[in-house]
Amino acid sequence: MTEARRRVVVTDEGPILVYGPVDVEMPDGTRVRSDRVVTALCACGRSRHRPFCDTSHRRRVRDDGGKEHDP
Amino acid sequence: MTTTTPGAPTLPAPRGPVSEAVLSALRGERTAPPAVDGSPPYGEDLQLALYCCYEPHYRGFRGVDADREWDPTLLAVRAELEGVFLGALRDDVPAGADVGSEIDALLVEHVDAFGVSHHLRRHGELWQLREYVAHRSLYHLKEADPQTFVIPRLDGPPKAALVTVQHDEYGAGDPERAHSRLFADMMTELGLCADYGAYLESAPAEILAEVNFMSLCGLHRGLRAALVGQFATIELTSSPGSDRLVRAMRRLGCGPAALRFYAEHVEADAVHEQLVRRGVITPLLSAEPELASDVVFGIRGSLFLADRSEERLLHHWNRGESSFRDGVDGRRP
Repeated sequence: MTEARRRVVVTDEGPILVYGPVDVEMPDGTRVRSDRVVTALCACGRSRHRPFCDTSHRRRVRDDGGKEHDP
Repeated sequence: MTTTTPGAPTLPAPRGPVSEAVLSALRGERTAPPAVDGSPPYGEDLQLALYCCYEPHYRGFRGVDADREWDPTLLAVRAELEGVFLGALRDDVPAGADVGSEIDALLVEHVDAFGVSHHLRRHGELWQLREYVAHRSLYHLKEADPQTFVIPRLDGPPKAALVTVQHDEYGAGDPERAHSRLFADMMTELGLCADYGAYLESAPAEILAEVNFMSLCGLHRGLRAALVGQFATIELTSSPGSDRLVRAMRRLGCGPAALRFYAEHVEADAVHEQLVRRGVITPLLSAEPELASDVVFGIRGSLFLADRSEERLLHHWNRGESSFRDGVDGRRP
């Protein structure tokens, strides 16, 4: 099979979605593999599961009257 | 023809007259139809009866004829039970049609929220974590199955996107990676029994109601949009909660198989959230905008029932008691 052109979706609020299994090369040279049909790569820098999104980009609010903030 | 799926659970004990009648009907005994009227909609009796009406559509029960799945008597009782349950939910859950705001609300992390996963992460004990996992096994040992019923009720892009998520749930071709399998591995490592339905007897009505809501919406084409709302609620809210459970398990010194299930869900559901929002809900509502109110009903209904379960668990744990039904102690499962 010839290498297919992958679909990549850049979301406005969170991760970058890459269609198809991927090998991600990290800054230290290690490779992280994802076999998912779609992989969500962290683009906000907050994930504790980098390179993958763990939804840490989500807006966090305090319900006790404290100030709302975006991450 | 008496065929039972291997490993099917045994029938549970009845919890009142309605479940008693359903269990008799499942055993093939001739019994008068139960008087469903007046049975509390979220009560033990009605929820167990409904659960047992749905189970023949999944793995069935040991010794129960597979043909009972389409037994007109049982289907008639099921319809009555569904009417009571659905009627109560429609009364208790405020109606709405603004799916966008509903989804946005699910995507906000409430820093000072406090639920079961927060409790377990901060100071839950191992027996409480095991009880939680035992309760959740009623869904997770058939994880994704109730939502799979909706596939032939969708078409085009929403169907393709939903199947993509389900493919991942079922292990993307590798049965060892199926989420139900990862859940079973976690149960074994936590010293729980990983047999399908093993914790039906100990599960209170609140837990049964959550699974019943999924089966109800999955098995009715008229509720397909509510199923999509229910599905979205799981996929959108699961990542942060799973992360707290991973941290709870680390704190409690649980092994790798236990950690793996929730760690997998942190990453998987971050992807599924995107697929459900962009791939399922947006195209579904652009093709059929009149479904918006049912999507909202599915979201609010599942949140309402999930809150009831959380309250039940925390209420018992805060008093140092087991959240298992009377007579079953989670500290010695």
